[in-house]
Amino acid sequence: MPAEQFHEWLRREGRIVVVGASLAGLRAAETLRAEGFTGSLTMIGDEPYEPYDRPPLSKAVLLGMSAPDRTDLPRRREIDATWRLGVAATGLDLAAHRVRLADGDEVPYDRLLIATGVRARPWPREEEAQLDGVFTLRTRDDAVRLHRRLKAGPRRVFVIGAGFTGSEIASACRHQGIAVTVAERADAPLVGALGGVIGSVAAELHRDNGVDLRTGVMVTGLEGDSVGRVRAAHLSDGSVVDTDVVVVSLGATRNTEWLADSGLGAGPRGIACDAGCRAFDFRGIVTDDVYVAGDVARSPHALFGYQFLSLEHWGNAVAQAEVAAHNMISASADRRPHLWVPAFWSAQFGVNIKSVGVPTMGEEIMITQGSLAERRFVGVYGYRGRVIAAVSFDNTRWLEFYEGQIERGAPFPVEYPTMDRRPEGRKPVPADFPDPSLPTHGATVTLSGYSPADRRLVFTPARH
Amino acid sequence: MTQAPLLRRITDYSSRADPYPLYEELRRTPVLHEEEGGPYVISSYYDIKGLLHDPRISSDAANATAVDDEFSAPEATGLPPSFLRLDPPEHDRLRRIANSSFGPPHRPDRIDGLRGELGAIVSDLLDGLAGAERIDVVDQFAYPFPVTVICRLLGVPREEEPRFRAWVDPIVAGLDPGNRDDPGAPGPKAAQEARVQLGMYLAGLVEERTRDPRDDMLSDLVAGHGPDGAMSMMEVLSTAVLLLIAGHETTVNLITNGMLTLLRHPEYLERLRADPGLSVRIVEELLRYEPPVQLVPQRTCITDIELRGVTIPKGSRIWLVLAAGNRDPERFKDPDRFDPDREDIEHLGFGSGIHSCFGAPLARLEAQVALAELARRLDNPRLAEDPPPYRTNAVLRGPRHLTVDVDGVLP
Amino acid sequence: MRLVVDLNRCQGYAQCAFLAPEVFTMHGEESLVYSPWAGDEHREKAARAVAACPVQAITADGLADPADAPAGAGRVASDAR
Repeated sequence: MPAEQFHEWLRREGRIVVVGASLAGLRAAETLRAEGFTGSLTMIGDEPYEPYDRPPLSKAVLLGMSAPDRTDLPRRREIDATWRLGVAATGLDLAAHRVRLADGDEVPYDRLLIATGVRARPWPREEEAQLDGVFTLRTRDDAVRLHRRLKAGPRRVFVIGAGFTGSEIASACRHQGIAVTVAERADAPLVGALGGVIGSVAAELHRDNGVDLRTGVMVTGLEGDSVGRVRAAHLSDGSVVDTDVVVVSLGATRNTEWLADSGLGAGPRGIACDAGCRAFDFRGIVTDDVYVAGDVARSPHALFGYQFLSLEHWGNAVAQAEVAAHNMISASADRRPHLWVPAFWSAQFGVNIKSVGVPTMGEEIMITQGSLAERRFVGVYGYRGRVIAAVSFDNTRWLEFYEGQIERGAPFPVEYPTMDRRPEGRKPVPADFPDPSLPTHGATVTLSGYSPADRRLVFTPARH
Repeated sequence: MTQAPLLRRITDYSSRADPYPLYEELRRTPVLHEEEGGPYVISSYYDIKGLLHDPRISSDAANATAVDDEFSAPEATGLPPSFLRLDPPEHDRLRRIANSSFGPPHRPDRIDGLRGELGAIVSDLLDGLAGAERIDVVDQFAYPFPVTVICRLLGVPREEEPRFRAWVDPIVAGLDPGNRDDPGAPGPKAAQEARVQLGMYLAGLVEERTRDPRDDMLSDLVAGHGPDGAMSMMEVLSTAVLLLIAGHETTVNLITNGMLTLLRHPEYLERLRADPGLSVRIVEELLRYEPPVQLVPQRTCITDIELRGVTIPKGSRIWLVLAAGNRDPERFKDPDRFDPDREDIEHLGFGSGIHSCFGAPLARLEAQVALAELARRLDNPRLAEDPPPYRTNAVLRGPRHLTVDVDGVLP
Repeated sequence: MRLVVDLNRCQGYAQCAFLAPEVFTMHGEESLVYSPWAGDEHREKAARAVAACPVQAITADGLADPADAPAGAGRVASDAR
């Protein structure tokens, strides 16, 4: 069939399967229908729920503003799909164009979209992770369990890891007057994502809000009582913290195991794809019928030296899903690249933290507006003489200007005057990111290397 | 034959009824600089939006080098500048304190709690028109309504409106850049003096509230309950002057422009009558189609900036023509069509960025309630005069009168 | 009705928190915390909030009143009195 006819046929009566029924999967399905796809659409999700939103789970839900099972995503339109919920995909046969499911079924496809996302990294010692009162927070079920326990009024909540999620959990607990200890192996919260300069502001934010923040320590063990309930956490500095709730917030693991022998370029760092969201196979050859979107994808970005970026960002999931869906049913000349500028937000302790670009590439930072001490500022990150990222604390309305600077590759340091520039903002200082070879769990953008077929295991940092 | 510069044609009163063809002409030169020492005029949507979020663009009068600008007249003799004419961090501090008496997070229910009262004020005004066959929408409705609301909100006695109006008029006239060409218009000096007078008047009220606080914004401004503490007395006064004026001078135009537009598009008046909920979309589209503040003439760049290949030198005045950006075909499909059903109405009617309209939620609610009730209660309304006579002001643009014939006012 | 706010787009103008305080709240100066689910009794206010968002960041479904338009219309009219 000539290509043009093929795409016409595909749009009319092709079979599209979406593995991953969360934000990216849903928005992709809606885009497919919006662009006129009338064939069959199957949505496969390992959780038994229709697509729900995750960011509220660590914010509105823990603050008591929303029930944990009431975060379903609104629909932009009807998608007329066959839903296979509560059943995980377990395998992929690239040659036969079939997805295998946990219940033994096989689902054939003409086009496949993989949007399986990430899962919370559990506490590594299994017997300790099993203790009653030890939680992670990623899914609706996680949120239901944690929410119930927080409502019961714990004596103290112990949070392992001061990345974005850990910090938001600590913030929600403090907001409700619950005592919180946060343990972080770096010298400050958010260091992995935003560097040490910003991390020190975050540390003050924690402490001023009554968090017992322990930095530069590791958790060496969780201790249970005789009936299997957690009762204390042991730290590498020898201290012991009595607690009845532990939240493990050590970042995320990409859901790619089900693709292990599929021949796809998938591994612990995600699934490599091109800028058009087409997956690479393990030989580094791009496929044309398998697409990837959302947290599980890693793709090259022109603005950042064509490095492969893994983005655990809500907005990226939406944007990439839309591009992937469009490209799946379009002839090659009509395809679009996914060139989203990374953008991220977090709300904690009443402060709105946002970033654009790739802060983790930043060598230096300068505070171009406002002041760190007042916790209202814009910080600009520089990389090899150009602006690569910006972060704001309660200053979000300026951020789109800096997004333009990043897109333009504007020079760094920022020499021109800006309003509300303080003496501290006249010179760049080292951004103070930890050695990238050391594990951290705060980053939301990971540079995952050039080689799509590189299957070396590296530590893959986490979502908020 | 030489034509007058475009900017003068825009500020000229003869174009007040329909400046939109001139704005279209303006957009053909997106960075217009016609006269030495004159402003750089920006008219396309994305450029305006960009500059409203650009930290190199100042609102502080002190940064303007052009001395002929009445906006940069030193205000040392009078009140300090309000947050409208300040940059961060001072702007942010004053606006935060003002907001702590007005909206979330400190007073999330202030505006929401006003909804019943808005309806009651509107009903009273329309009840008062019973039996009329010809009404002036401006004098009999669109002006008294927001004046009553802002008086109530701030804690200014409503019956003293004739008194403060005598000061408000020259202040508002001073905001009109077209005024410079009109020797008969009140000058910047008159505006300054009126501002001081109005401030002194408000000082009396503020003193009362200091002794005897009530549930109004003046009391809250004085008390300063928020984390930023209180404003100085002079800051309270310049904020109160700003809120009192901005609280009604723009809303009157939004409501009147709205009624005029609906009378010109009777199918929407009809739909609004059947479905008052449509007022929400109608007001958003009005803010795009006929924004009550047409342009922002108060910005200055604090360094040379490049825009579309033009270098705007440090210290230049910059005018952002919001109403032109709102009709930019690069941004809006079919921009000259009034279409409340359009899905994308991301207008610049309230500006954008840190100076975006402080009172926007109140203005929205007022206009929604006002238009829905006008549609419901005016029986067979007809424009007696089209176009109606306009106010002189090119910035705060709207009809001076809107004469409408009706078969009656329904209960 | 289900709601989601694109908080990348959100710039903290707080229009939603003014207009539908039962659903949208500000925590601090510019961070928005909202309930992703709103009951029928808040539908009319939520519709105002969605329309008023200066950056059009709010997506909601079920904004139209299933009990047909006149019922919704009546609710707005009664609010206006």
